Amino acid sequence: MSEAGQPLLRIRNVETYYGKIIALRGVDVDVFPGEIVTLIGANGAGKSTLMMTICGSPQARTGEIVYDGNDITQAPTHEIMRRGIAQSPEGRRIFPRMTVMENLQMGALLVDDEHFDGDLERIFTLFPRLKERASQRGGTLSGGEQQMLAIARALMGRPKLLLLDEPSLGLAPLIVKQIFEVIGELNKRDGLTVFLVEQNAFHALKLAHRGYVMVNGKITMSGSGADLLKREEVRAAYLEGGRH
Amino acid sequence: MATRSVPLSSARDDDRLANSLRDAAIAALMVFALGFFFLGVRTDIAPGGLALTFRWGLLFSAVAIVFAGRLLLNLFVFKTSTPVTSRLADTFSGAGSSFAGLGKWLARALLIFAIVLPFFFTYFFPSKDRQYIDLAILIMTYIMLGWGLNIVVGLAGLLDLGYVAFYAVGAYSFALLAQNFGFGFWMALPLAGLLAAFWGVILGFPVLRLRGDYLAIVTLAFGEIIRVVLLNWYEFTNGPDGISGIPRPTLFGLEFSRGEGGFADFFGIPYDSIHRFIYLYYIIFVLAIITNLVTIRLRKLPVGRAWEALREDEIACRSLGINTTNTKLTAFSIGAMFGGFAGSFFATRQGFISPESFTFLESAIILAIVVLGGLGSQIGVVIASVVMIGGIEMLRNLGFLQHVFGDGFDPTQYRMLIFGLAMVLIMVWRPRGLITTREPTAVLKEKKRIGADMVAQGEGH
Repeated sequence: MSEAGQPLLRIRNVETYYGKIIALRGVDVDVFPGEIVTLIGANGAGKSTLMMTICGSPQARTGEIVYDGNDITQAPTHEIMRRGIAQSPEGRRIFPRMTVMENLQMGALLVDDEHFDGDLERIFTLFPRLKERASQRGGTLSGGEQQMLAIARALMGRPKLLLLDEPSLGLAPLIVKQIFEVIGELNKRDGLTVFLVEQNAFHALKLAHRGYVMVNGKITMSGSGADLLKREEVRAAYLEGGRH
Repeated sequence: MATRSVPLSSARDDDRLANSLRDAAIAALMVFALGFFFLGVRTDIAPGGLALTFRWGLLFSAVAIVFAGRLLLNLFVFKTSTPVTSRLADTFSGAGSSFAGLGKWLARALLIFAIVLPFFFTYFFPSKDRQYIDLAILIMTYIMLGWGLNIVVGLAGLLDLGYVAFYAVGAYSFALLAQNFGFGFWMALPLAGLLAAFWGVILGFPVLRLRGDYLAIVTLAFGEIIRVVLLNWYEFTNGPDGISGIPRPTLFGLEFSRGEGGFADFFGIPYDSIHRFIYLYYIIFVLAIITNLVTIRLRKLPVGRAWEALREDEIACRSLGINTTNTKLTAFSIGAMFGGFAGSFFATRQGFISPESFTFLESAIILAIVVLGGLGSQIGVVIASVVMIGGIEMLRNLGFLQHVFGDGFDPTQYRMLIFGLAMVLIMVWRPRGLITTREPTAVLKEKKRIGADMVAQGEGH
């Protein structure tokens, strides 16, 4: 992946606090257009905090986050999401009492109605399971289907940048594989830029063009996905116990 | 679920009986211990001190009642594999799902009946028409309030215990506008709605970050603040004396009064006080229908969908680019606006208002209507209003019960008891309210209802 040109998302020296507790200690991350970039790290390293900071909740105390040439560090969450960033939040957070269709419709709330049918068709080709379940309540779906729905709902907003927070959480390996394949396909076919936060380091690094490793609120390593996979430190810390 | 017959060995049966007996005996013992002082001993003032009388009969009847009741409950509900309540729940939910198909027809039938209602009563019950139409007006007012509150609680999921505040704002807006500036009902109505909506926003701002219990407490306090201000701001609101002489609504300038220039005179029909009641009925009917239509329409628009999404998951809402601040404020203000309209109507119907009409009990009743009907269900609100408001009124007609319970028995005094009992029963059997079906706003190809069978109860959402 060429790193020429402007990054779509540029994070510089970001520090985020929860009250007095520091969670991110000067993080620098770049995501270039058309890339899949992954952020791996252990529990409590600050991965999800970085994701939430990009979305403006909580906001970074210092540093800057520039998306598509605009500084979004201090922008409110709903403004940020209106600029073409979509997020599939940690724990999926689909609307349990709404049907699958309604969930998808919620994702498309900010998009012109004319795109709706075409986008829906595209989503259903990607996730045929969701079409079968279209009139079922979100809460009655299985974990994997709910994750698909969370991604699908984010895609309905026609994002330029898709933020995925632990899509493999609590899912069977086969489902994880399926979901990662779809992410890869979206990137290859539509050129969608993806920023992926994962604990499942093996799958994430295999899929991603580039990766960052976060320890204790700091980026300690970065490089191409294949590179990081080969590194001894990464293997020891995150791939111990074989392939997840 | 209906066929949950597990073959039980007789040993387990014996066990259960023994357990039930023991449990009932413990309960009876506790009643004896507590009741000994409360029931068993009575003190009377006697010359030179207090005289003790023992009422063993009363005490032992109480103990016997508790023992028998507890034993029956144990045998049929608590310690059995097929509790009576679950069987009842099955019948109820069975009725609920078949009801789903009937829902549309029931709604239409109710609508048609509501349209012809005044004529129905004047024709079939000419001697009691005034009473019945008045009751219908009252029920319709609560339907409108229920629909208004349904926007806030049912759709947006913001528990509001102070809804009566907006009802009060609407009523006092009209009363004060009429008193100080000579406004008529129709001129004051939109202003009252706007003022109530404004107060909805005022309430909305401080509670934006609150949810659940905390939100409920603050809204409860808000309702009380409004009432206490109305009570104590004597120069402006006339305090506890209230405001009287509130003008009646006119029909394009025609008053419903006897003599020259009145409604009856203009149309050349004999004067009858029932005309005014029929007119009032149609006003509240139209207002309620507008509330309903606006709600149905809004549910399909982005703002309404955002309300429902907000009820489900606020964080997910934000991650989809929904401005949750505005979403909450619109829910509060639109719900409040309809409360304000209903308040104006209340003022013009009564001709007199005082802070006494806007106590917490009113909020509780409106909320109960929404919850019992099924959160978010429009037809549920109608059924719950008819049952609760109509039911309480019907208690007045149960004179025959005096033959059963003795002359001093006044059924209306027990309405709160019956009210509470009905609440408990419905919450046990239908924890999501009477109507749990929810019509999806978006469908793929064919419509499919989300019925009670797909809503696993006790899931916690």
